[in-house]
Amino acid sequence: MGMLEFFPEWLQYHGAALAVVLPLLMGAICAILPSERLAWITTLIVVSICTVTAFGLLLVTFGGESVIYKMGGWDPPKGISYVIDGLNTPVIFLISAMALLTTLYGLPSVVAEVEPKKRAPFYGAFLIGVAGLLGMVVTGDAFNVFVFLEVSSISTYVLVAMGASRDRRALAAAYRYLILGSIGATFFVIGLGFLYMETGTLNMADIGRKLQELEGGSRVAMVAFGFITVGLGLKLAMFPLHMWLPGAYAHAPSFVTVFLASTATKAALYLMLRFSFTVFDVSFDYVLTVVTYLFTGLGCAAMVLGSLQAIFQTDARRTLAYSSVAQVGYMLLGVGMATSLGLTAGYVHLLNHAVIKGALFFALGAFWYRYGITRTEDFAGLGKMMPWTMGAFTLGGLSLIGVPLTAGFISKLQLAEAALQRGWGWAVFVIMATSILAIIYIGRLILTAYFQAPPEIDGEVVKRNEAPLMMLIPMWILVALSITIGVNSDFVVQAGQMAAEVLGGIS
Amino acid sequence: MTPHVILRVVSKLLIPLIAMFAFYVQFHGDYGPGGGFQAGVILAAAVILYALIFGLDEAKKAIPPSWVRIGMTLGVLLYGGTGVVTWLLGSEFLSYGVLTPDHPSHGQHYGILAVELGVLLAVASVMLAIFYAFGSRQPELSDEDW
Repeated sequence: MGMLEFFPEWLQYHGAALAVVLPLLMGAICAILPSERLAWITTLIVVSICTVTAFGLLLVTFGGESVIYKMGGWDPPKGISYVIDGLNTPVIFLISAMALLTTLYGLPSVVAEVEPKKRAPFYGAFLIGVAGLLGMVVTGDAFNVFVFLEVSSISTYVLVAMGASRDRRALAAAYRYLILGSIGATFFVIGLGFLYMETGTLNMADIGRKLQELEGGSRVAMVAFGFITVGLGLKLAMFPLHMWLPGAYAHAPSFVTVFLASTATKAALYLMLRFSFTVFDVSFDYVLTVVTYLFTGLGCAAMVLGSLQAIFQTDARRTLAYSSVAQVGYMLLGVGMATSLGLTAGYVHLLNHAVIKGALFFALGAFWYRYGITRTEDFAGLGKMMPWTMGAFTLGGLSLIGVPLTAGFISKLQLAEAALQRGWGWAVFVIMATSILAIIYIGRLILTAYFQAPPEIDGEVVKRNEAPLMMLIPMWILVALSITIGVNSDFVVQAGQMAAEVLGGIS
Repeated sequence: MTPHVILRVVSKLLIPLIAMFAFYVQFHGDYGPGGGFQAGVILAAAVILYALIFGLDEAKKAIPPSWVRIGMTLGVLLYGGTGVVTWLLGSEFLSYGVLTPDHPSHGQHYGILAVELGVLLAVASVMLAIFYAFGSRQPELSDEDW
């Protein structure tokens, strides 16, 4: 590993804690900074450091190593440990890199959408949210997961509610998210309580070992698994538990929507993987049943019903939000196969979808920024009015559908291969059918944008008004990434395989 | 003739005691039940009682909202800063033992004191911030406008 030499040795070990502590502390400072520009610069510096750290950790695990960081010098399982392994470093990097891109995008976007007095605290809440998400992913202690889950959730509720200055419905959406999110967190911690009762430890690796010794444990462990599944299911918007998601995505500031869509549900899905496959194990009957029937069943239901609902939305942001519900379904389908190939496919789609949805929501935010557009019918003529942004939206949309040479195609190909290997021919059919539904809801937007004339106001055709460069750059970085993955998917697939190796699964 | 004389007199007597009890809980946290969180809540309760009896404006004069905002941040920084110091001394985050290398258990004692003080400050400030936020909330529509 040549590149690792440039990475300080201190960070290879302490980086796990630094990535969490730095945004947490700087978030607190940001909240009282007097100027929004200062807060933005602070945020930018912090998330850049996090991204570099995360990249270094990614290199460490690509080198085949894993690190266990002992918080406060206390040995696990008594002390809290932070674990860096093949399963979580890609997600850590995803979260920090997306935070960096959204921060760049935020410079124009936050000015347009958040009240002046609230902008510095807004960045503070954002940094604390980043810290919470990174903490959820990096920690090896089950109760610590709950703490960070709450840290990230509470700051996300605040961020969603900040959309109120642009759309009052953000308050109702944030409140619904608050209620459902709190129920989810409560279910999760009840599950942890049962798990502690069964094993007497909170360290995830230790719980895993104890449950192996007990061969799955008694009914208490089963109940624990049920509660944890429902709790995390709420957080990751598993199909019938997704009711908070469309409102939150549609009414939050664009900045927040992009960040949420590409990281929050992904971190929760990571936890679901971690708990179902390493803390619990698919060798236990009850876990295998839940994974095979519940995850697959709900995943397919989400794919079909989420896509159908996306078609009937009149608001473009809601269309994409329901599409996110459907895309979580693809990931769950991959996870539900529980084979090495299936897990790889699910994990690859987790990364790809973050890239694709990030690009799409970036574009939607830019449309709103220039013309105040969110409704589908207002897309008329956008191909002429904002050619670059619409171009990014189109390429992102094609990727979402799964056109060859895009990231979405790689995900679907992987999923279909895994399904065939598992002997689930019907799953391939469902993937094809929902891709057609995706063509309808994305195609409708693209067709309106390119084949209808721009609207006229007072007898004059609306002029071309491209999004600012600070919005186009992050947008096109993601679009370029999506196409790069489509052309050469090696590094993403390798990340997926690394994750599948940690997870195990059935052979 | 000011109203609520009894309430005023009794609460003037109680508030200092409540604040003292908060610090008792704070420093007793090392040896028994207690600690920064509980102490912070009790300390904030003293101010909230003051606000209830003497009015929100008086309370805001005694503890201005700007202090409260700085207190929140300072509390977090005191906690996190302890960890950063242990980092600078070349050990893990929040590994207090390195504060006094000759006698690690002393370091752990100092470390936990600093951390608990941070917790006290943060919790008390946050409680007050929430109380101020709700207390000074103006209805957006007056009742007649409905």
